[in-house]
Amino acid sequence: MSETRTKPTYQGPPDYRAVGRHDVFPATTHDEIERFNFLAQMNRYLGTRVLPAVKTAFEQRVVPRVEAQGGHFSNRHDVRKALLKDPYYQTWSALRRMTMEQRQQAGRWVAVRQAEELAAKVDQVIAKDPGFTADASVKIPRYVSAVDHHCMPGSYHTELFPGDVSAAANYDSGLFATTGGMLGRYSDGGGQAVLQWVRRNLPDFKPRRILDIGATLGHSVLPLAQAYPDAEVIAIDVSAPVLRYALARARSLGVNNIRFVQADGADLKKFADASFDWVQTTMFLHELSYGSMRAIMRESFRVLKPGGIVLHVEQPQYGKDMPLYEQAMRDWDAFYNNEPFWSAMHEIDLDGFLINAGFEREQLIHGGVTAVVDREVFPDAADEGGEDYGRKAAWHVVGARKSA
Amino acid sequence: MTLEAALAIASAKPAGKRPYFLNPEVERVMAIAMAIAQELAVARTRVDTLERLLERKGIMTRADIEAFEPTPEEAVQRGLWTQEYIARILRIVQQEAEQLKTGGESELASEDVAREVSGDDPA
Repeated sequence: MSETRTKPTYQGPPDYRAVGRHDVFPATTHDEIERFNFLAQMNRYLGTRVLPAVKTAFEQRVVPRVEAQGGHFSNRHDVRKALLKDPYYQTWSALRRMTMEQRQQAGRWVAVRQAEELAAKVDQVIAKDPGFTADASVKIPRYVSAVDHHCMPGSYHTELFPGDVSAAANYDSGLFATTGGMLGRYSDGGGQAVLQWVRRNLPDFKPRRILDIGATLGHSVLPLAQAYPDAEVIAIDVSAPVLRYALARARSLGVNNIRFVQADGADLKKFADASFDWVQTTMFLHELSYGSMRAIMRESFRVLKPGGIVLHVEQPQYGKDMPLYEQAMRDWDAFYNNEPFWSAMHEIDLDGFLINAGFEREQLIHGGVTAVVDREVFPDAADEGGEDYGRKAAWHVVGARKSA
Repeated sequence: MTLEAALAIASAKPAGKRPYFLNPEVERVMAIAMAIAQELAVARTRVDTLERLLERKGIMTRADIEAFEPTPEEAVQRGLWTQEYIARILRIVQQEAEQLKTGGESELASEDVAREVSGDDPA
């Protein structure tokens, strides 16, 4: 033990009051904020204090037990099924699931108790701003309706009454707590990350028309609209309520070169061939299905101009070099947090999907992106280029340029 | 929307069968305990907010709280409150003790008595 005592530096999520607010962000009481603060700290505790011991339990109990019975792990599902019998994995899983459910409860209470006021605010924007186009013919796909993604009751599309936006307000209000502020005050870290990647790797790229598929709140695409103020940005989603909210949110944040159109990325018939310079999806592919992903990639190819790019930001794929234990742990969300396509999506050959959609192998794009740290949230974060410090979220970008 | 509806909707179940990792009875109690833990954190931070506001307004300092000494009468009131509190929380433990003393497993259930008092041959 050291004799000298240094002032402990705080490591943990920021107070929720650092969250970025806009005109349709739901109001929060002291106690509602503290509910979010508790959940952000719970997530940190589970990730930093409980999760490492799951690996210990795997190595010290699960592997010896399976080997003693003459078994072996041929894939990540074998690992997960063996883990399910371990008491420590069970405890971690039960706590993690409860924390997800508590997060939904906390955010939904905030949004639902003021649902009428939020709907009225959004109605006022919609009434005078043509930036939202509904399309009643768009059906909610099976991959959205079958189970509610990340345990969000009613998913993105359910309206409690005509004009209700509480599903979007709930999603928006909880993101900062769920991510521990890592996506920034306005939860736009994914968009900031891809923008930084494009500026570094494609410095001459000057998009004039950008399409964002699966936009939900528009939080990931707003940085693109802000970075290219002369570009026309179109954000689509199958869910109308979330786009109505997204329009009011964007305008309140001063972003006017974006409009929101209800559409399914698998059927972009309302957009002409070769009409976009950039097609973007951010943390979206894992919520789809094989069929819809194939169609979305084909349609993305069709609407891209020659020389245009498509970029998909996702968690890393399960490569052969990723240990089965890590794959099994990453699969948790697929089976226990209602992300059913997560598992299959992360093992497939995305390059093959892009090539089947029409892109050429030589034009494929691969890169790593990290969230740009929001200094208003983490003022003492390490300088850009310095490594991590546990505050940057890291993703992969996979995409392609359409041959000119 | 009514308060009843808002409360029910806020706590709604997501579509998709819920997985249980532990014995469901245990997991149910654990989920309730975690929700209470969350509310305790909320209450604790609210007290902290109150203390800091009182300190900022010069009404008291938090050191006053650390140095607080109840008068003997106040100490009695506080001790009584804690006794009452524990008795309320551990009600079931007390009642199990009473059952051990008064009849244990042979004690009649109301259902037994129901059969007895509503039978063909009332006593």
